[in-house]
Amino acid sequence: MPQWDLANADCIVVMGSNMAENHPIAFRFVMQAKTRGATLIHGDPRFTRTSAMADIYAPVRAGSDIAFLGGLIRHVLENDLWFREFAMSFTNLSTIIHEGYRDPEDLDGHFSGWDEDEQTYLADTWQYEGQHVPSSLAEHHVLTTESFAEEVRDMSEGPPPNDPSLQHPRCVYQILRRHYARYTPDMVERVTGCPRDVFAKVADALCRNSGRERTTGFCYAVGWTHHSTGVQIIRAAAILQALLGNVGRPGGGILALRGHTSIQGSTDIPTLYDMLPGYLPQPHAFKPHATLKDYLATEQSPTGWWFSFPDYAVSLLKAWYGAAADEAGDFGYSWIPKMVGDHSQLPMTMAMADGVLRGLVVLGQNPVIGGSNSRLVQEGLGRLEWLVVRDFTETETASFWYAGDPVRNGGLQPADIATEVFLMPASITGEKAGSFTNTHRLVQWHEQVVDSPGDSRSETWFVYHLGRRLKELYAGSDRARDQPIQALTWDYPVEARRQEPDAEAVLKEINGYRVADGALLSSFKDTRADGSTACGCWIYSGVFPREGFNKARERRPDGPDGPGMHLGWAFAWPNNRRILGNRASADPDGRPWSERKRLMWWEPAEGRWVGADEIDFEETKAPDYRPDWSGNVKGMEAIGGHEPFIMIADGRAALFAPSGLEDGPLPTHYEPFESPIHNPLYKAQSNPAAKLWPRLDNTYHDEADPRFPHVLTTYRLTEHHSGGSPTRSVPVTAELQPEGFAEIPSELAQRLGIRSLDWVVLSTLRGEVQTRALVTDRLRPFRVDGRVVHQIGMPWHFGWEGYATGDIANVLTSIVADPNTSMHENKALTCALRKGRLKEVRR
Amino acid sequence: MTSVHPRALDFPQPFLDGVIPDEAELTAGERVEAGKSYGFFTDTTLCIGCKACEVACKEWNNLPADKDRMTGDSYDNTGALSAHTWRHVAFIERIGRRGGDSTTMPPYQSNWLMMSDVCKHCHNAPCLEACPTGAIFRTEFDTVVVQTDICNGCGYCVPACPFGVVEVSDQDGKAHKCTLCYDRLKGGLEPACAKACPTDSIQFGELSGLVTRAQTRVFELHAQGQPAAYLYGAPETPGATGGLDWLNCFFLLTERPEVYNLPAAPSRAANRVRPALAAGLATAGLLTLAAAALMRGGRA
Amino acid sequence: MRRRGPVARSRNFFREWSIPRQLAGRDAMAEAARSRMSETLRPRLERADKVGSSICPYCAVGCAQLIYARNGRPIAVEGDPRSPINQGTLCPKGAATLDWMTSPRRLSRVLYRAPHSDRWEERPLDWAMDRIARLVKRTRDETFVERLPDGTVVNHTLGLGALGGATLDNEENYLIKKLFSGGLGAAWIENQARV
Repeated sequence: MPQWDLANADCIVVMGSNMAENHPIAFRFVMQAKTRGATLIHGDPRFTRTSAMADIYAPVRAGSDIAFLGGLIRHVLENDLWFREFAMSFTNLSTIIHEGYRDPEDLDGHFSGWDEDEQTYLADTWQYEGQHVPSSLAEHHVLTTESFAEEVRDMSEGPPPNDPSLQHPRCVYQILRRHYARYTPDMVERVTGCPRDVFAKVADALCRNSGRERTTGFCYAVGWTHHSTGVQIIRAAAILQALLGNVGRPGGGILALRGHTSIQGSTDIPTLYDMLPGYLPQPHAFKPHATLKDYLATEQSPTGWWFSFPDYAVSLLKAWYGAAADEAGDFGYSWIPKMVGDHSQLPMTMAMADGVLRGLVVLGQNPVIGGSNSRLVQEGLGRLEWLVVRDFTETETASFWYAGDPVRNGGLQPADIATEVFLMPASITGEKAGSFTNTHRLVQWHEQVVDSPGDSRSETWFVYHLGRRLKELYAGSDRARDQPIQALTWDYPVEARRQEPDAEAVLKEINGYRVADGALLSSFKDTRADGSTACGCWIYSGVFPREGFNKARERRPDGPDGPGMHLGWAFAWPNNRRILGNRASADPDGRPWSERKRLMWWEPAEGRWVGADEIDFEETKAPDYRPDWSGNVKGMEAIGGHEPFIMIADGRAALFAPSGLEDGPLPTHYEPFESPIHNPLYKAQSNPAAKLWPRLDNTYHDEADPRFPHVLTTYRLTEHHSGGSPTRSVPVTAELQPEGFAEIPSELAQRLGIRSLDWVVLSTLRGEVQTRALVTDRLRPFRVDGRVVHQIGMPWHFGWEGYATGDIANVLTSIVADPNTSMHENKALTCALRKGRLKEVRR
Repeated sequence: MTSVHPRALDFPQPFLDGVIPDEAELTAGERVEAGKSYGFFTDTTLCIGCKACEVACKEWNNLPADKDRMTGDSYDNTGALSAHTWRHVAFIERIGRRGGDSTTMPPYQSNWLMMSDVCKHCHNAPCLEACPTGAIFRTEFDTVVVQTDICNGCGYCVPACPFGVVEVSDQDGKAHKCTLCYDRLKGGLEPACAKACPTDSIQFGELSGLVTRAQTRVFELHAQGQPAAYLYGAPETPGATGGLDWLNCFFLLTERPEVYNLPAAPSRAANRVRPALAAGLATAGLLTLAAAALMRGGRA
Repeated sequence: MRRRGPVARSRNFFREWSIPRQLAGRDAMAEAARSRMSETLRPRLERADKVGSSICPYCAVGCAQLIYARNGRPIAVEGDPRSPINQGTLCPKGAATLDWMTSPRRLSRVLYRAPHSDRWEERPLDWAMDRIARLVKRTRDETFVERLPDGTVVNHTLGLGALGGATLDNEENYLIKKLFSGGLGAAWIENQARV
């Protein structure tokens, strides 16, 4: 949902986010909704500036969100408060699941399909009965036993089996009810520490503000993702929203509040190891990806929009390898490097420390501050052969070799560190032109207004000229392995003065063009798998639909007369659609659910969908269209006019997710990997599929380890930004939070004789930090499973550089991750606390 | 539905020719005109304590950042209004031993109060009355401004202010305080703090309209279950006492003024330092009359 | 500038001293009390010779900004009142964008630290680019793997990595992925999206 659409909500649930502090301008719309009478709910372990504005603050122990949300799902189902017409048509509530499916109810916290040796799940028994369901995520391949897919139908061979009466014991509705039966209000209180009456108030407000006439929006941020169960927490919210009819409608939906200016763009056009631009999976050595044909056959979904996968994949290869990408040579497919495992930032840390990764280019990131297990990160940097850091200032990542932990506290001298380090000045916004994609997929261009100082250059400049030099160095090679760099299309026009490449030329390649004449594509619908089109990122197609029209540059907002979707302000992918799934804003027959929540509807006279937004559906597909299953229907033919979610193989919201997840088809409460208590819900203590890297320099705490009795959560403050490099370098922001600190509940502080401003030491098996205490009643002790648990909070912005300094919170954290995303679990771990300072002499 | 001002549609270019004329109309719904009275309505129930006002003020007015230690007083590290801090956000924690329960509260920040404090631009401004050099004057926007090219740093204004707003800078030896962005008003721009404020807790506008808006807001809050809301400093409200008549910059509060470190009944310095003022005026009297005569003569 | 004598100064003092002017019958709420500075005061935005659209470089809300520049230097960064997201407002970080651009801690030259050295040295940009290109090639050539032992084609290197992108433009991300993955075969390509 666009952020401004929050103003249309009747209730807003902020969980896993400290929105007022970290996204103040997005919170502007929350306050607008509230001023009009909307109810604001904040669920969080800490009472923050967001909680202060809430109508209901629900204290939820760090890492217990699924227990809370599961309790809400149970409340909705058991009290029959779900939006029947919406959920029956728009979700897979009535779909029947494989007979072999077993729930954590039956298996003490595991789902069926668990492979104890491999410590992974096989998804056979999570599939629809007799049917194989490709994932709608970047990777459409489903991990099942090899023979499975051949034994069952694919999605194009018939409709999913279902029971509209919802009586079948294996229909999703009945499975959901069984799965969440034990998430009672009593259990919610016992696990989360949230009092029953507060939970009841939340449940009531949520349900009262959902339905035909009213909508509720959810907002989350890294407070949900930074867990070993992060994806499943968000899935739990998605289940709730789909059951309550809060998807694709004004004021409804789930808004992810992301933390960097183009973090969405760098996910869409990924500087990530596991994806190619536009959510195409990076080929994998151990998946059926050997040839282009295999790759396309595996990743093309037989039904739904992903049927067009080959158009996008081949067009990308044409954009990268140009004339060298021909059909005979598989369009250069084999040149795309295949991954062999998890190459994300967490294992990257260990690859550095182990000497596997030898040379690293760091572009505007500060892993010494932001990376988990910071001491290991610093040791890893010290074992690189060479390191390039490009930033506007000297970051901790650049100065680790003389100011870092191993030098200050580990007995090393700079002379012991062999890393060759380049610290290069970089341009920032205003000094270069280009586009950022914001948290609601809005691609906004920014202009170059001034020159950057001295030798500062844009990354476009750096990467372009590095590539140009490498192409020269490789020009004479006749080795096959050097063909990709030789073939890479790399002729971007540069301006005369500083040889800065023309960013619009790059955006045009991202948008796509016809190979024959270079004509720009107006939409991804123009891409072809025959090599006639090139497109760097299919979902961005349309951002530059014709020469001279960079839509990201457009600045035509809607005025007071509406309609308020601001279609003339910049470009939203895909195809300038502002609310995804907005077909669901109309009922199955295509009529608005209510006048109050009108957005898109079917106009029979015109034979198309109309309304304030661009329709996220086939524009002329009538609501009464049904697939003709007597034949073999492919792609969008298989999606009925009453099935709104076109990226999903059956067009329906996956309450039960048969594929795409590594840790189960339904969200289940597991304790954080480090927890002071035993899991009150299941025998399985923590997420069985969580990614672990146990080793001497990355040790974990056992559950309920008495040496580490407190919960530690790390977080951000409104006054600083992430790794803190900019805000700690700017005096007017530095003075607002000039020192690192830890927030400590008064009761605990009193017990340990700690007062505000005292020095305290926090410790884990990964390391120790000393910091100032900020004693506060805003952090309350939690009564969980019959005992009192204290939570300590520590902002992770600080380091040794800049005007506002402090010890690095991530010295305390370990490398442990969500199995789906490889995101760390720094929102919930355990630690020890004492008054005093570290022994080491500090700088 | 949210929308921008209709005039925003007149400027679709990526590069503008200059400042958008009467930009305050786009950001505050107000054209700034000399001869009218302007002020701030700071609605604490909308304040999220983000301190954008403090930063925007320092950025615009080139004020130095001079704090490098945390205070331990909640999230307040700038401490107070000063010569170099013209907007200051106070944080008052109300949970636990201080009486509140985090899970039960009336709507709008009742358990962690935040208030962006600022110069009140009093209708009868004691600092102006105390200023012997005429450096402090009332502008064409009915705001109170220290003219630093005249100020000699005598500091009489400092104790005169019942709110502790004015301070003499240790950097240039002159008195400083909020100017309500006098330069911006002259250019048709909204003051920097109000323009930046993410949640419109700080509202800028022509005074009579602001007061009406604020009174409506109080009624709304009462209806929404926040019966404690009241105005401080608007005409005939607490804060508008002691001969000040009213404060051009007034507040909506939900607790007693003292909780926010505001005086319960502020008064003009004249009531407190009358003898000193009289002495000052006596010595200045002759000069004044002479100068007035000279000015008349100059015009003739 | 010509120094003014005591007589001129006192005349000036009388002219700018507000109390007599207000006594002289001029409007108390108008020009009577204005000093010369007050007379000539204008917002510095009006001195800008270039005003360009920008987007806040901090979080992902995507607030629009206007950058005001004079003689090639930024003089102010403010919220763009046209934006349907921020409508002219900014948070404390965004409001300090000018001070980021002009931070005294900004670098303007390449700093180089040789292996085992205890100091930074300034180096020319061109030298650094040449050296980095050669190091990238050396590392790639030493670590490139065409096939796994079982014959599976991988065409990658685990010896080379790129980290970062979430603070950068889409176009920059595109080139990073294209060069490091599509051109060089680097497996370790990551950004802040997971942290």
